[in-house]
Formats: sequence, structure tokens, C-alpha cells
Amino acid sequence: MIAKTEAYRPPQRAWMQAFVKYREVGIVLILLVLVALVSLRNPAFLSLSNFRDIVLNISILVIVALAQAMVIITRGIDLSVGSIIGLTAMMVSFTIAAFPGMPALLTIPLGMALGAALGSFNGLLIAGGGAPPIIATLGTLSIYRGLIFLYSGSKSTINAFEMPAGFRQLAKGAPLGVPNLILFALIVAVAAYYFLRYTRTGRDIYTVGSNPDAARFAGIPMQRIIFLVYVISGLLCGLAGVLWAARFESAQTNTALGFELQTVAASVVGGVSTLGGSGNVVGVILGAFLLGIISNALTLVQISPFWQLAAQGLLILLAVVADAAIVGRVQRITSRKTR
Amino acid sequence: MNLSTHTLRRSLLRWEWLLVALMIVVTIVNARLSPFFLNRNNLLRTTSDFMEIGILMLPMVFIIVTGNIDLSIASILGLAASLMGWLFMSGTNIWLALVVALLVSALAGLLNGVLIARLKLPALVVTIGTLSLYRGLAYALLGDQAARGYPPSFTYLGQGTLGGTGIPVALVLFLVLALIFGLVLHKTTFGRYLYAIGNNEAASHYSGVPVERIKLILYVVSGVMAALAGFILAARFGSTRPDIGNGLELTVITVTVLGGVSIFGGKGTMVGAVLALILVGLLRFGMGLINLQGQIQNIVIGLLLILSILLPRLGARLSAGLTWQPATMRRLAAAASVAIVFGMFFFWSRGLILTP
Repeated sequence: MIAKTEAYRPPQRAWMQAFVKYREVGIVLILLVLVALVSLRNPAFLSLSNFRDIVLNISILVIVALAQAMVIITRGIDLSVGSIIGLTAMMVSFTIAAFPGMPALLTIPLGMALGAALGSFNGLLIAGGGAPPIIATLGTLSIYRGLIFLYSGSKSTINAFEMPAGFRQLAKGAPLGVPNLILFALIVAVAAYYFLRYTRTGRDIYTVGSNPDAARFAGIPMQRIIFLVYVISGLLCGLAGVLWAARFESAQTNTALGFELQTVAASVVGGVSTLGGSGNVVGVILGAFLLGIISNALTLVQISPFWQLAAQGLLILLAVVADAAIVGRVQRITSRKTR
Repeated sequence: MNLSTHTLRRSLLRWEWLLVALMIVVTIVNARLSPFFLNRNNLLRTTSDFMEIGILMLPMVFIIVTGNIDLSIASILGLAASLMGWLFMSGTNIWLALVVALLVSALAGLLNGVLIARLKLPALVVTIGTLSLYRGLAYALLGDQAARGYPPSFTYLGQGTLGGTGIPVALVLFLVLALIFGLVLHKTTFGRYLYAIGNNEAASHYSGVPVERIKLILYVVSGVMAALAGFILAARFGSTRPDIGNGLELTVITVTVLGGVSIFGGKGTMVGAVLALILVGLLRFGMGLINLQGQIQNIVIGLLLILSILLPRLGARLSAGLTWQPATMRRLAAAASVAIVFGMFFFWSRGLILTP
């Protein structure tokens, strides 16, 4: 009997349910519309080299947005990511400038360890001290940014000529045909996908965010999970800091200033709910893509650079509103039919 | 424990008293640092550095009490000041320009409100979006130019003092507004509704609190106050750049939370917030006396913010009797090791740079 009613399900309901199940469908539609509109104005937008530019530009954003997404899934937020990136970029650059003979690859574990230490301070405050994430990371945002000034002293910039070529190749090089920067982002994305989907700890992150009480009763070590996401966030910011310094061939006191807002935007546009418990890697990557394509498109259709910030903000808002509208409408239709 | 000692203890342990104690400490230290600190005119003049933050803080207290947030205030400030400057440069009367900018800011706040209250989108995300949008509009208006040449009748708003008394106009304006906002928060039905929404939005909605309308009003008021702060800042500088007030939202939230307003909503007083503003002002003044850079001053403010969250929790734990459980020990050990690793790397690397 049940099998028979299943068979009589109207065909359009299946794809509507796909909307509800895979929130990314909405974002893909927005992306497609945007791509179509921009390529009408400027066909160069669809070229392979332009696509490569876009991917290169969003690689670091993807890495940090994935970390931000994990934090947001636990109902937290990490506003200190920009400062951690800036501080690790500065420290790693000073170190490599002091030891030009050191293998460039070594800067990656160094940066990640440093970032993890900074992240674990956030984790201690939030998981151990019970501080609200937005306040704790707002505090460390100023503390870490201030440490950059304290650390760099009178020398506020490290330039390309002080960095060994090997270090700069870390982001620029492409020994496997694909630029290293993109490879790093891919590795992080695949690792995050596997971690969140197939490991016990990864699943626990969702449980902690979607229902903290249930998680506690189920014996999930809440504090340890929350501590962990801030350490992971710091770790990936450390990686991003190294790549940032290598890519822009410089580290300054204002490196990645305000970057936290972009990572939050990419996560949320990508369907990570700020109420916790939902979101996935594919969505976050699409969210980062949307931001990347928007800023690329604005350049290509020759909008004055002074308008870009405004247009970016407007499009973020539109994307969020459209996403909410699509999900809301489809949910209403499907729930009416099931009743 | 009988009731009267209990209430006495509670009132003595109030957050506001801790802020007052800290203020006294900072004042004593400042007075020892500089003989010029306790000069009446000096003290009055330094208050003007904080009046924009104070004016932005007033609506922020309301919004955080309801459990929401507004990250776009500094951008609305920038938009208002830039729009006014742009209109003035293109020949509009300064006061007409001011009114137009004020209206546009109210609309900017209304857009926040509609998205948050009507469309039920999360306040954090909406105001992150409008943070870029409004700041971007400020850049679109002024580009890399600065608007300047404001008439003295306007710059009086930020630089002037009341008659011959030496009391800055902005300070008087702030005090009047703080009094009004404080009375609304603590003495009116509207104020009680704000706490109700912060404690339980759904329950307040079902008990007849017009949640949606209140949120709309809050964000419009926030926009208008941001514009006011923008005019005062522009008047103080005597010019407007499109990046005016950039990043102020973080200071404002810091001051609000330091004042004891809970980020989860439903708690906090206006007196606490004003005391926190004065404390931060005194601290910055003292750190300025010993020539600390602004960014290094931020370390102290950031630590203060974190301590303001951790101290009450630690106090509660201490009064319940601190037990040295293995978990506590592990946590302390972890904190110490982080500090050691970080500190070692810090001095190791810096030492190497300094001694070639």
C-alpha cells in the first residue's frame, strides 16, 4: 500500500524536495543568473583564464570560510580570523626573512601551529571560560591585531625583496599544472568534507549546534568539541596567513583587516545557518564563489571601484533574501501537499 | 543567610560598582602619570573624543537588550557624513544637507529593520551586508575626495563649548540623550518590552508585545543616532572622508558589553553602559599620556572586554567554592602552555630580528 502511494507522488514534488534537502540549489540558480547577465555584457567573463583568476582569488577565502562555517555550525562565530591571519602572516614573514635558508615548506606547519595556539586561546575562553563567542572573539580581534603592532615594532611592513623566492613560490608556483594556492584550497575542502560527513567528531559538531541539550544527554563532550572548532579555525587561519604573505609577497600590520566579515558572508550566503546545526562544505564553497564572481564581474563590467563595495553589500543582501524566499516558498508548498 | 544581608551583598556585588572601582583606580594612576590630568578643562576636552561612541552606544544598548545586534552603525555614520559633505560641496545649504542626510540614515536603518523584523533574517548577517552597502555608498559619493570648508556654525557642533564654561556642546548633547534613553529603557512600557523580547521573543509575541514594530523602531532610531554621531565627528574634524568612523562598531559593542549588557539579551542598565564609556575614555586618556599607540591600546581594551565576561563567572564559581578537580587543573595547564608557547615564539623571533 505504502509503496503504491509513493508511486503516485506528483513529479514536480521530487525536485521541490530537492530544494529543501539541498539548499545550495538556490545559490546555484543565483550564480547562473549572475553569470548569464555578466557574460552578456562582457563575453571575456566566460573565458578559462578569467575563471582561473576567480578561483585563485577565492582560494584563501574558501579555506577560512570553511573554518568559519564549522564554528558557526556549533552556534558560535569567530570574529578574530582576520587578526589571526594578519599575526601569523607577520610572524612567519619575519621568521623566513631572518632565516632565508630555511625550507619554505616549513613555514606551513609553523604558521598552522601558531594559528592553532591563537585559536586555542579563543577555545579556552569560550569552551573553558564560558564566554559568548561573539564577545570573546571580538576581544581577541583587538588583542591579536594589537599584538601585530607590538610584535613588528617600528617595522610595519615586510616586502617582497626580504622574502626568499622559495617562499613566494608557495602560492605562485604550479608544479602540478594547477596553481598551488588552488591545490591548498582543494585539499582543505576535501579534508573538511570528509571530516564533517564521515567522522564521529564531525557529526558531533552538527549535534552540538542543532541541539545542545540533546548532545549533552547523548554524552557528547560538548566543551571539547567547541574547543576543537576554534583550534581548527585558528589552524586554518594560520595556513591562510602563510599563503596570504606568499601570495601578496608582503605582510603588513593591516593584512586581512576586516576579512572576518567576508568569511561570515561566504558561510551564510552558502547556507550555513547562524542558528547552528546546518550547512555543508559544498554550500560554503558556492558562497565563496558567489562573492568572488561578484567582485570579478564588477571589475569586468567596468563599474567604478568606488561602487564595488556597495554593489558587493547589496548582492550579499539580495542573495540572502533570495535564498530565504526560495527555501520558505518551497517549504510552504511541500508542507501543504504532505498535509 | 538572612534576606537583608543577601540583598546587601547582591547590591554591593553589582557590576556597576566594579566599574566605579576601576574608574577610581584608573583616575589615580592617570593623576600620578601626569600633573595635567586632573585639570578641569583638560578632562572636559578629552570627553569630546568619546561622544560619537557614546551616541552610537545608546541605541546599541536597546538593540542588544532585545538580543539583536547592529554592525552597520559605523557605516551609516559614514554614509550620513559623506552625503552631507557631498551635498554641501555641490552647493546645498549645510543645514538642508544635514536634514537630507538624517532622512537617508533613517531610511538606511529602516532597511535593516525591514530585513530583520519583517523578513526574519538574522540581524548579524543583515547588518554585515548593510555594513558593506552603506560604507560603499559613502565611497561612491565622495570617492577619494574629502569634503571640507564647513561653516563655523556647523563645526561648533563638534568643536564648540557652551558659552564661556568650557563644557563641550557634544558632551551636553550626549548627556541629554543618555538621560532620555535611560528613562525610556527603565521607566516606560517600551523599555520593559525590550527586556521581555530579550528574555523570550516568542513568549513576548504571544503575550501581545508588538515585537515586529519595536524592532523596526529600534533600527530606525539606530540609523538616526548614527547620523547624529556622524555630523558631530565631521564637525570635529572639520572635514569628511568616506572612511570616517570606520570600525567604530566594534568599540561601541565593546563598551556596551563592558557596561554589563548581556549579548544574549534581557539584561543590562543604561547607567552601567555610561560608566563603561567613561572608564574606556579614562583608560585611553591614560594610555595616551604614556604614548601608547592606538592599536596597542586596543590590546588593553580587548583584555578588559574578555575579563568583563570571565570575572562574573569566576566570582560565581569562587562563591560556590572552587574545587581543584582534574578538569580545572587540565584547563589551567592548557592555558599556561598556550601562554608559554606563544610567549616563547614571540620573544625568540623578535629577539632574532633585533640582534642580527
